Amino acid sequence: MTERRARRSPYPTWFFLPAAVVYGALFIVPTLASFWFSLTRWNLFEAEFIGLGNFRQFFREPFLVQGVVNTLIYGTLTSGLKTVLGLALAVLLTGRIWFRGTLRTLVFFPVLVSTIGVGFAFEAMMHPTRGVINVALEGIGIDGPHWLTNPSLALVSVALVDVWKGVGLATVIFMAGLVSIPQDYYEAARIDGATRWQQFRRVTVPLVRPATITVVTLSLISGLRYFELIWAMTGGGPGFSSDVIASVIYKQYQAGFYGLATAGNVILFGLIACIVLPLTWWFNRREVEL
Amino acid sequence: MTVLSRSVATAPPARPRRRARWRPALTGGLALLAALVVFVIPFLFIALQAVKTRREASRLDFAWPTEWQAWENLVEVVQERDYMLLLAYLNSTIITVGSVTLLVIFASMVGYVLQRRRSRVNGVVMGAVLAGLMIPPAVVPTIWVLQALGLFKTIHGMILIEVAYNLSFSVLLYRAFIATIPRELDEAAIIDGAKPLQVFFKVVLPLLWPVTVTNIVVQSIGIFNDFTNPLYYLPGRENVTVQLTLFNFQSQFSSQMNLLFMNVLLVTIPPLVVFVFFNRQIVAGMTAGAVKG
Repeated sequence: MTERRARRSPYPTWFFLPAAVVYGALFIVPTLASFWFSLTRWNLFEAEFIGLGNFRQFFREPFLVQGVVNTLIYGTLTSGLKTVLGLALAVLLTGRIWFRGTLRTLVFFPVLVSTIGVGFAFEAMMHPTRGVINVALEGIGIDGPHWLTNPSLALVSVALVDVWKGVGLATVIFMAGLVSIPQDYYEAARIDGATRWQQFRRVTVPLVRPATITVVTLSLISGLRYFELIWAMTGGGPGFSSDVIASVIYKQYQAGFYGLATAGNVILFGLIACIVLPLTWWFNRREVEL
Repeated sequence: MTVLSRSVATAPPARPRRRARWRPALTGGLALLAALVVFVIPFLFIALQAVKTRREASRLDFAWPTEWQAWENLVEVVQERDYMLLLAYLNSTIITVGSVTLLVIFASMVGYVLQRRRSRVNGVVMGAVLAGLMIPPAVVPTIWVLQALGLFKTIHGMILIEVAYNLSFSVLLYRAFIATIPRELDEAAIIDGAKPLQVFFKVVLPLLWPVTVTNIVVQSIGIFNDFTNPLYYLPGRENVTVQLTLFNFQSQFSSQMNLLFMNVLLVTIPPLVVFVFFNRQIVAGMTAGAVKG
C-alpha cells in the first residue's frame, strides 16, 4: 500500500473532490432533475407526470410567449450595444486623450454598483413627468417618452440602463485586447496610406477579435438570463410587456406552479444553448480560417 | 481615482503626423463632459435625494435641498424595521466571507491539478466548468435539493450555493495563473519528500497570491451585490441580505424616496471602498482570458 502510494501522482485527482461535491450536489443534480420536473405538475413533495403539458402551456399562453420573445430582444439588444459601444469607448480610452484615467474610472464604476440600487435610481429619473431625463428633454424642446410606463418602450428602457451599467466591463475587455495588438501593423498601414477609418476597419477590428468573442458571448449569456434589473425597474410590467423568461420563472415560482417554473428553466437553458453554442462554433471556425 | 489608467497598459500613442496638438485635449474635454452627464449625474441624483426631506425627495428633481437631513435619514434607514439593515449587513458579510474563502480553496485545488496533470478526467472537468458559466441554474429543483439536505433558508446553504455558482470563474482564473508557475518548484518540494497537500498549500498556494487577491475582490463584490440567489434560496426576515433591504421602501415608493436612496448609498459604499483600493485586481480579473480567447 505504501509503495503504491509513493508512486502515485503528486497531483491527486481527489483535489477535485471538495469542489465536485458542492458543484455536483447544488448545480449538476438540480440541472439534471429539472428535465424530469419540467414534465410534471409539482408541489415540491409530489410530482405528477403530465408529459409536455408545461411546455405546451408555455408556448400557448400569450404572456409566456411574450416572455420568450422579450428575452431574445433583450439579449441581442444589450449584447449588441455593449459590443459596439464598448469597442468605441475602448478605442477612445486607449488613444491619446486627456483625462484618460478619470474617464476609465467613470465608465467602469457602474459595473460594481448594486443593480437594484441602479434600477431604482433610473426608475425615478425616468418618471414620465417629474423625472430628470424628461425634464431635461423638455428643456431642449423634446417631449420625452413614457420610458417605463409605455408597454412598447419599457423593455428597451431597461435594456438601455443595463447597457449603461455593463458597458464598462465590455470596455475593459476590449482595452485589454487593443493594447495587445502590435503597433507595427498600424505603422505598416499608415505607410501604405490607410486612413484612420481603414486602420480601424482592417487592423483593429480583425485583431481585436478574441476580445469581441468574449464580450459577445459573455453579454449574450448574461443578457438572456437577466432578472435583477427588470425586476427592480418594471417587475415585468406594464402588464407583461417587459417580462423575460427569468422573471416569468420567478412569478410562476411565487404562484406555486413549480413544474411550470422549471419548464421555464429548461426552455431558458435550451434557448441559451441554441444561441451560444452555434455562435461559439462559428467564431472558432472563422478563427481557423484567418 | 485615476489609478485605473495604470491597470491596463496603454497602447503606445499612434503617432500623429498632421494632427494638431490640441486634439487630445479637445476630445478629452468633450469626452469628460459627456461622461459627467452620463455617468456622474445618476450618482449625484442618488446622493442628493438621500439628504433631502421626504417631501422634497418625492419631487425627484435636482433642486438643492433647502433642509439637510443626511443624518436623520441615515438614522431612520438604519432603524427601519427594527435595525434590519444591520442584520442584513451581518448576513451579507458572513455569506461573502464564507463563500469567498471556500471558493479560493476549492477553485485553486481544481485549477492546480487541472493545469498540472494530463488525464482523461480533465476533459470532463473543463466541460463542467464551461457548463457552469453557461447554464442558468434550475431554481426550484435547487430548492428541492436544499430542502432534502436541510440547507434551505440557512446561511450556510446560501454560502454553498454561491460557491457552486461561482466556482467556474474562479477555476478559470486559477488555471490560467498556475500555468505561469514553473513546475520545477513543485518537483523540488516533492523530491524533498513533501506530500501532495503540503506541496500545494505550503509551496504553490502562496505563490498564487496575486490571482487569489483578484479572486477575493471580484467574487466578493459579485456575491455582496447578489440579489437573485438570496431572493430564492434565503427567504425569511431573519435571513435578509443588503440588496433585499432596498425593497423595504418600495411599497411606499413615492413617499420615502429619501430613505430609499440613503439605503442605496449605504449599500454602494462597500464596493466603492474595495474599488478604490483594488481596482487593478478587479480589472485584471474581469479581463482575464479575454485576450487569449
